[in-house]
Amino acid sequence: MNSSTMILVLLGVSLGSAIVLAIAGSIKLAPEINVLGSAATFAAGVGLALEVYAHGAMLAGGDFFYVDAFNVYLAVLTSFVSMTTAIFSRRYMKREREHGRVGHIRMRFYHAMYQLFIFSILLCLLTNNVGVLWISMELATLSTVLLVSLYRTPNAIEAAWKYFILCGVGIAQALFGTVLLYFAAEKVLGEGVGALLWTNLGRVSGQLEPTVLSLAFVFLMVGYGTKMGLVPLHNWLPDAHGEGPTPISAVLSGLLLNVALYALVRCKVLVDGAMKTHHAGNIMMGFGLISILVSAFSLLRQKDIKRMLSYSSIEHMGIATFAFGLGGPIATFGALLHMLVHSLAKSAIFFTVGHASQMHSTQEIDRIKGLFKGNPLVGWGLMFGIMAIAGMPPFGIFTSEFLILTATIKDAPICAPFLLLGLGVAFAALFRSVQSMVSGNVPAYQKPITAAHVPVLLHMALVFAIGIYMPAFLNQWFHTAVESMR
Amino acid sequence: MFKFYMPVNVASHIISFLAALVLLTAFGMLVQKRIYGLIRLFTWQGLFLSLNTAFVGYVANKHHLYISALLTLSLKVILLPYILHILIQRLKIRKEVETIVNVPMTMLIGIALVILSYHLTAPIRELSNLTTRSTLAVALATVMLGLLMMITRKHAVTEIMGFLAMENGLFFAATSATYGMPLVVEFGVAFDLLMAAFIFGIFFFQINTAFDSLSVEQMARLKEDD
Repeated sequence: MNSSTMILVLLGVSLGSAIVLAIAGSIKLAPEINVLGSAATFAAGVGLALEVYAHGAMLAGGDFFYVDAFNVYLAVLTSFVSMTTAIFSRRYMKREREHGRVGHIRMRFYHAMYQLFIFSILLCLLTNNVGVLWISMELATLSTVLLVSLYRTPNAIEAAWKYFILCGVGIAQALFGTVLLYFAAEKVLGEGVGALLWTNLGRVSGQLEPTVLSLAFVFLMVGYGTKMGLVPLHNWLPDAHGEGPTPISAVLSGLLLNVALYALVRCKVLVDGAMKTHHAGNIMMGFGLISILVSAFSLLRQKDIKRMLSYSSIEHMGIATFAFGLGGPIATFGALLHMLVHSLAKSAIFFTVGHASQMHSTQEIDRIKGLFKGNPLVGWGLMFGIMAIAGMPPFGIFTSEFLILTATIKDAPICAPFLLLGLGVAFAALFRSVQSMVSGNVPAYQKPITAAHVPVLLHMALVFAIGIYMPAFLNQWFHTAVESMR
Repeated sequence: MFKFYMPVNVASHIISFLAALVLLTAFGMLVQKRIYGLIRLFTWQGLFLSLNTAFVGYVANKHHLYISALLTLSLKVILLPYILHILIQRLKIRKEVETIVNVPMTMLIGIALVILSYHLTAPIRELSNLTTRSTLAVALATVMLGLLMMITRKHAVTEIMGFLAMENGLFFAATSATYGMPLVVEFGVAFDLLMAAFIFGIFFFQINTAFDSLSVEQMARLKEDD
């Protein structure tokens, strides 16, 4: 199979599953079809990655798609997490249905939209066209908006409305930025689709008008920054990630945020190339650092476990944004690794938290207790997940944060104390709440459940393995990606 | 084909005039209290936008702009107002009149935003050699006025109207900074907009059922408790 067909399979499976599930989603096997579709997507993703690993970056489908080390690793990650989340969602959503929180038709809608969402983020990653990237990013928002309000409680509807409106406004700014980018590119590359292709833009970035690009970057930063939940554009994120069904929280936190960051980093490389200064990087560092600090202190005040995890996502996106902004081989390598391990660890924690909140019929931290005794695998899964996300060795997040911190001390020592303060406060906040949840006696209202262990164990094993041993292929991938961003 | 070449400055005057009309409707929407009045203004804005796009296409001899003018006409002048009308009838909110706090203040902020837009786009205006370049500031101002409208309004339908006005501004920016984005992108954006229209339609019903009204002021449950 050549790479064009591979990409078509990769995108076609998720789009096809979305259509199948929309039409025939009422049948009993819908969750299994969902898992199967995601597994096939993952297989295609691995196939594509092997191709890129063997032959390097390539154009496909005419020049509509572009795959290089940077986006192919995110595509594999996306398809992997979408598969494990589908496995988790199978039992989880079945129980939600038994509890009467969702009905028949809404389950059908849920499955179809889940696959459409996966399709749209894969398209975001693989497309070579800046305009198509914007369109599919918006599609990713639209396909998840009604999933956030799936339970139809006033809180869920409010959260979804905020998500819809604020992300809509934010992403509109990114479209304005894209128009400005096209305006600058069209002078060099001529009118037409060619002036919106990453590959062409990268080639001529030195000739693009710097004043236009600096203005464009401000709009792109605000637009994609809203999507990523960077402070002060983060207002919608804890609500949307907190009120939706847990599998959706897992993919929103684990996947969608990464894709928005991916778009921003591509833009940054372009703007840096045109301006030959560190303008874009400085803006990203500022946004990143503020996000780390504000979210770390917000973590301290959270009473709802899923909201707390959402703030932790903001913090980690802040770290990655800061590191990409800092630039240089070590920080960029650290940021790439951070995107990978954060995504794996955060979705694993969401899985365990989903189980825990089903056991206690609540998301309140104070009412979740005795997980070690009640369900050891859920309890330990949560404990290790929080340890990983807080940056304890030997997990992968420690490695990436260590790299980023080292680079900060070397290149921007003034930022290091703030970074450390943020990490420290977040660490304390996370540990304080997890301890009360896992220890203690089993409360009377706790109900036993059969948890889906495979996804949690798989994710945590990977985060652990990457922390102690970096596989050669991953290393090479990241190095190639870092090279492409110089 | 016979083509009448009009002097460049006449063409740019006509484009500026249409741009002024777009901006005028944006200001009108900012202070319009009745929902039907808002939809009417939005329809006019879409019409001016479409006319402007077609006219730019004619002057600059860019045929793909005719297609995007047609797309604007069918989506923003016919389809979206129609969908909004149906929704309003179904939800029985026809007579609702919204109180807008401090109209003069809102207008003053609006004017400040227009000046800011001219200031922001000044370096770009000097670079551009298109007949349409002076309208880029108007486009950005329309985006910002839409944003202002979303902030000042407290009703779900008017928030959406602000959002749509903002989208009009973006489209206007694409035709005024460049001669329109490539058609792939324009069709994609139109598709997203259509999907968004269905979603906010569903939302209106969900909000109406859950909160007994479409006012978004009561949506203040999710807050950080101090």
